[in-house]
Amino acid sequence: MELTELTAAELGRRIRDGRIGVREAVQAQLDVIEARDSRYGCYITVRREEALARADEVQKGIREGRYSSPLAGVPIAVKDNICMRGVRTTCASRMLENFRPPYNAAVIEKLEEAGTVILGKTNMDEFAMGSTTETSFFGAVRNPWDVSRVPGGSSGGSAAAVAAGEAFAALGSDTGGSIRQPSAFCGVTGIKPTYGTVSRYGLIAYASSLDQIGPIARNVEDCAALLEIIAGEDRRDSTSVPGLDHRYRSALSGGVRGMKIGIPKGYFSEGLDEEIKNAVRKAAGELCAQGAEAEEFELEAADYAVPAYYVIASAEASSNLSRYDGVRYGFRAQGCRGLQELCRRTRSEGFGQEVKRRILIGAFVLSSDCYEAYYGKAMKVRTVIRQSFERAFRRYDIVLAPAVPGPAPKLGESLGDPLRMYLGDIYTAAVNLAGLPAISLPCGMDRNGLPIGLQLIGRPFGERELFRAAHSYELARGGCFRPPAGPR
Amino acid sequence: MISDDTAAYTAALAELLLSGEERERAKKDLSEILGYIERMNELDTEGIEPVPFLFPAANVFRGDAVTNKDSREELLANAPDRSGDFFRVPKTVD
Repeated sequence: MELTELTAAELGRRIRDGRIGVREAVQAQLDVIEARDSRYGCYITVRREEALARADEVQKGIREGRYSSPLAGVPIAVKDNICMRGVRTTCASRMLENFRPPYNAAVIEKLEEAGTVILGKTNMDEFAMGSTTETSFFGAVRNPWDVSRVPGGSSGGSAAAVAAGEAFAALGSDTGGSIRQPSAFCGVTGIKPTYGTVSRYGLIAYASSLDQIGPIARNVEDCAALLEIIAGEDRRDSTSVPGLDHRYRSALSGGVRGMKIGIPKGYFSEGLDEEIKNAVRKAAGELCAQGAEAEEFELEAADYAVPAYYVIASAEASSNLSRYDGVRYGFRAQGCRGLQELCRRTRSEGFGQEVKRRILIGAFVLSSDCYEAYYGKAMKVRTVIRQSFERAFRRYDIVLAPAVPGPAPKLGESLGDPLRMYLGDIYTAAVNLAGLPAISLPCGMDRNGLPIGLQLIGRPFGERELFRAAHSYELARGGCFRPPAGPR
Repeated sequence: MISDDTAAYTAALAELLLSGEERERAKKDLSEILGYIERMNELDTEGIEPVPFLFPAANVFRGDAVTNKDSREELLANAPDRSGDFFRVPKTVD
């Protein structure tokens, strides 16, 4: 096995044992990126020299006992909507093409305190708006399992990098499925934590009531180890929650005996790919063989999650992105007369098509004539969906579902048909509306050799239980991480 | 269907300029997407509160203390245009 195909936790163990040097690991990772990234396009920025210098510093820190986390010395990739001081942070947009944040996101501080080596910034859909990573100003990412297909999005660069051996683990962000959907398409494991588990300080805002940062990695243990590092209250994000138990690695073992699993009946009706349906049902069967009990139930109002999501996300986006006016940072249109022209031309030239589309939807649903009918209604639907999950979690410990309704689309298929792309969020968006934690992990391959993703959804702040169920399934499945065998 | 007036008004609210082609495209996309969104109306939400908070939360207070250092140069380094310690913008008042 190549060094760069190890799991992050295994690399961490070998670094602590002294079997692998940090510089050796970082150099091997940079070599793979050098060899493969022109094909996949996972990265917007690679920090070659900085990562090597950091490797030596971390090696010294490990020797001196300053860095003792399980991932000390492990190279990590970070989605390009997470601010890192002095490092170009673009959100994959022309608007921020040359933006160098004057501060670190909370998760960057935590990654650095834990002794990880931040390799670079990964490609994504512009401002995290999209499900394919094709809306990036810097060009599309390709799926390592089949380069004619998209990796999913919006954290497509992070998921593809982990699958392609270009990162041991990565951070993504999830607003309506942006960690779980690309993880499913790329055959890797990704978790969206409960809203409030990870500080959003320094995450460039898309939809603030839905956004959450989370890990993408090669297995459940790696996700647990990385989430342990980045979770925690932060006074700079008042929605981050104090007093939670973040010991996720110790929650992995224990099995699922007696665990009650609910399967939303409606999720398995029309619109779900037959092979995915079978693979997800088989996964439920394997959890039952381990001692869990599963039954179907009706998740009320589930059909209305996607419409409510697009109203709320677009409304918040139109508000959040109103700050890009060409005055203090970012792109500025040239030759403007007066401030209004400066603002409008800057936004028109600096934002791509999908971002403009969502800003327009948001402005429309928030306009005074439409506010009640659209935004007000969507907020009520959100309440109904949350209550629906609350009822489910009175009876079940875990809700089991597909991550996505079909296999990864071919490149170019989705761009002309936004509504069809939005419908791909059917199993993921409700989780964000309800703020719940959910993990996507591989549960098989389809006839075209593309990975299938299983989604497990937990109670609010029920990450420990969620990790236990996911790890139990992973053991039962018996497969460890397999990199794509296709063309590199 | 979204009218030309509505498209123009929405673009103005969004501080966006749309070319003729973009406006036609926006009218079509918005009509389609809003048509789909209106499915929400099938769900009876009589008596349901639009609660903005996901979990029981208390207001979070903290002291209004300055904790950051002076980073004027770093901030201005990102400015598209500057004059000394100021952001420079096109002349707006004659």
